[in-house]
Amino acid sequence: MNSGTDGFIVRGDNVTKRFERQKNDMITALDHVSFGAKPGALTALVGPDGAGKTTLLRLTAGLMHADEGTLTVLGLDAAKQPQAIQDRISYMPQRFGLYEDLSVQENLDLYADLHGVTREQRAERYPRLMEMTALAPFLDRLAGKLSGGMKQKLGLACTLVRSPELLLLDEPTVGVDPLSRRELWEIVSGLVENEGLSVVVSTSYMDEAERCAHVVVLHEGKVLASGAPEELKSHANGHSFFARSLQQTPARKLQAELIDRTDVIDAVPHGGHVRTVLREREPLSMADVTFEPTSPTLEDSLMMLLRGKTDVHPTANAALELSKKDSQDHFEVVIEVHDLVRKFGDFTAVNRTSFEVKRGEVFGLLGPNGAGKTTTFRMLCGLLPATSGNLKVAGADLRRARAEARQNIGYVAQKFSLYGDISVLENLQFFAGAYGLRNSHAARRIEWALENFELEQRANSTAGSLPGGFQRRLAMAAALLHEPAIVFLDEPTSGADPLARREFWRRIGSLADHGTTIVVTTHFMEEAEYCDRIMIQDAGTMLAIGTPEEVRNQAGSGGEPAHSMEEAFIGIVEQGRQRAQRQEHAA
Amino acid sequence: MNATLHRIRILIRKELLAILKDPRSRLVLVLPVILQSLLFGYAATFDLNEVPYALLDTDRSNASQQFVNVLDGSGVFDRVMNLSSPNQIGETIGKKRALLVIHLPANFERDILSGRGGVVQVIADGRNSNTGNVAASYVSAAVDRFNTQWNQLRGGSNPPLTIETRAWYNPNLETRWAMIPSLIGALSMLQVLMLSALSVAREREQGTFDQLLVTPLRPTEIMIGKAVPPILIGLTQSSIIFLLARFWFGIPFQGSLLTLYSGLLLFTTAAVGIGLALSAFSKTMQQAMLYTFVLLMPMMLLSGLTSAISNMPRAMQYLTYANPLRYAIDLVRRVYLEGAGFGYLYHDMWPLVIIALVTLPVAVWLFRHRLV
Repeated sequence: MNSGTDGFIVRGDNVTKRFERQKNDMITALDHVSFGAKPGALTALVGPDGAGKTTLLRLTAGLMHADEGTLTVLGLDAAKQPQAIQDRISYMPQRFGLYEDLSVQENLDLYADLHGVTREQRAERYPRLMEMTALAPFLDRLAGKLSGGMKQKLGLACTLVRSPELLLLDEPTVGVDPLSRRELWEIVSGLVENEGLSVVVSTSYMDEAERCAHVVVLHEGKVLASGAPEELKSHANGHSFFARSLQQTPARKLQAELIDRTDVIDAVPHGGHVRTVLREREPLSMADVTFEPTSPTLEDSLMMLLRGKTDVHPTANAALELSKKDSQDHFEVVIEVHDLVRKFGDFTAVNRTSFEVKRGEVFGLLGPNGAGKTTTFRMLCGLLPATSGNLKVAGADLRRARAEARQNIGYVAQKFSLYGDISVLENLQFFAGAYGLRNSHAARRIEWALENFELEQRANSTAGSLPGGFQRRLAMAAALLHEPAIVFLDEPTSGADPLARREFWRRIGSLADHGTTIVVTTHFMEEAEYCDRIMIQDAGTMLAIGTPEEVRNQAGSGGEPAHSMEEAFIGIVEQGRQRAQRQEHAA
Repeated sequence: MNATLHRIRILIRKELLAILKDPRSRLVLVLPVILQSLLFGYAATFDLNEVPYALLDTDRSNASQQFVNVLDGSGVFDRVMNLSSPNQIGETIGKKRALLVIHLPANFERDILSGRGGVVQVIADGRNSNTGNVAASYVSAAVDRFNTQWNQLRGGSNPPLTIETRAWYNPNLETRWAMIPSLIGALSMLQVLMLSALSVAREREQGTFDQLLVTPLRPTEIMIGKAVPPILIGLTQSSIIFLLARFWFGIPFQGSLLTLYSGLLLFTTAAVGIGLALSAFSKTMQQAMLYTFVLLMPMMLLSGLTSAISNMPRAMQYLTYANPLRYAIDLVRRVYLEGAGFGYLYHDMWPLVIIALVTLPVAVWLFRHRLV
């Protein structure tokens, strides 16, 4: 393998890149960034949205030129010889250009043709790719009909039709469920270990960064820290604790209490406790809460770094100002689903599902891509008729009920689905009007939304031009304008960085505390811990339902409950799939 | 009711914003219409400078000579032959020696003087109906001029001359400025159809349609909110073309504005109905675009814009009954050129109402029942 100069396959010195966001409004995407990636190893670029990860990868691939500084890739200057670099590397962008109307095989052939891969090379390469990705049974399927995880695998296979000296991956696991995520990482690690491939990958998952040899933490275009994961973790040594309530307070509530404190760097619910990073190395003295020291994770130290150097408080302004609703009966059932079935032709997307959600509950729907979560959602919101079964949302089947019944719900779709060509303010005005808010009431609610979701600065920007994080906030703000009793959120944190996710869950927590019922899908398993109850679906079938603790207990093997939600999830889905296979064999 | 109106108003506002916010898309709605009108006006109308004609003056009187002077003095006509017998007419037209034969019959002067009124017979080459139309209309202008002069000199109020046009090879030759007024309907339909066809499909593709369907907006309200903006834009475009026809091309407007706009409103609503139904049926913008283009060509061809419907094969004529443009072109021509009132336009108006009453509810139904 070619290992460039001084032992680095990629080396950046004081790389600076600026963009013109609007006229006379320059942003510095990368600000004197220096870093190095070693050959034959995995290097991770991590950091919140807008940190400059994608820009750095695109510069490395020779797709753009830096304004200042030098970037050496495979010993070549990326600014002077982009073509020579591109001939030897493979780059998989965040949205890989699969042709959805072509089959898996046709997509592979197309990319092989584009890269001039010969027939002999293909004969040798294809079986390897099929073995890695397990796509062989699906060669004739249209790419558009693949699940999210399979699409990413196909994207990776297309990227690897020739064997590159350096592989660049831009957030390859965004929107991919834990099972597919694990499979993708097995492929990439296999390539590094067996073929000595060099990989630079950007990610917002810290557990993925922990698998890399070298981690570069970016924040607002600057390198915040870099080093081996173990080295970085040491920043948080002695600061990490498990907080436990002696009062049986749910982890979600304790977490909300902790994260708002100034002496707490970070708090996330985990396995029934709250994983806490404290500003000091001493446990806090709080009534009825115990703190037990634990070893830090990479995420802990990332939060330390972010808070220490930039003093951003993830949830400083996230708790929503809400009018306290009179303490309504928290046992009232507001969503009732009984034997719900949805078929598309022969395909059963949702199979005999039943559950109930009570007022003020945070209810999570978990499942791999294609499990039927979104279909269930669309039926609940009245967007899709059920094939059979009963459902009631706030006392009515929204598909048949009068239009006014929809006043009770708010819906945030998986994809940003507000009007991109009009401004933030105009979007809010439109949805306020569509929900029948008038004059001063509408004005008050719009002001509330702009303020609570920190959108004032962007009120006049077109919604389509906003960064992803702002779009997610806007979508949620629009869905809350009319103060719905029930809010549906489909993958609201997909692609969001750790900061944005904490902010989001803080908002959800404050909504639930004020009596709003929340139904949410996610494939971040640890986020299930923010829910009061969760349901796990796979291939349309409900596999488990209960509090996070109950589900972890159910998933455990030999009387030992699963340690984390991710473990529990993978266990339950795999058990479910084995059961389904056995039934198929028996039949 | 009040709440419904409020929601519809909000939706209309949003639709107009989305269409008109970008200065480029504002330009796209106005500029092409003007350019296309000018293009049709100059390139596709058959403005003639020197109309070659043959004269058959059987009367050979003072009056006939005076009329010929008016013709030749107008600068538009070019006398290429003098015929001596009606038998020569066939050959002259048939062999394209002249576009027109102007026949002043034997009793020409006597009929004028006796007050019965003389007759100018015009025999036009009907094979190219448009050129024939224009040429014949020039003769009628010359007849008007002759009449004015005659009445000024000798008093009297009855027009001394009338025109009798016959087209050979195409007996139904219509003597009107056919093209430009028809554009008032045809050109605006293009963008109206496109705008409405994209409106729902775009929202479906971008996922915003679901967002709309979970609000208390009813499908009928969505339909009205989606229909009004393209109707407004269509009427604006029609007005632009109307102004061009009236003031740039100077074609005199014979009818009433109220009649014209009532007709246009019905027509645009029917066109929007078709567009919205297509849009609600499409999954993506690309599909909607494709359906629209597939539909546009036959709608243009089967409208009577370029070739007369009465000349089409019978099966084709039946097809034109489903085409709103067919009624619009007839309606606009008759209001514009003939000054026809509501009573005469009834048979053009009710089919438009039917088309709108079928397509709009279909669109409403498809909003919720098209499964994606």
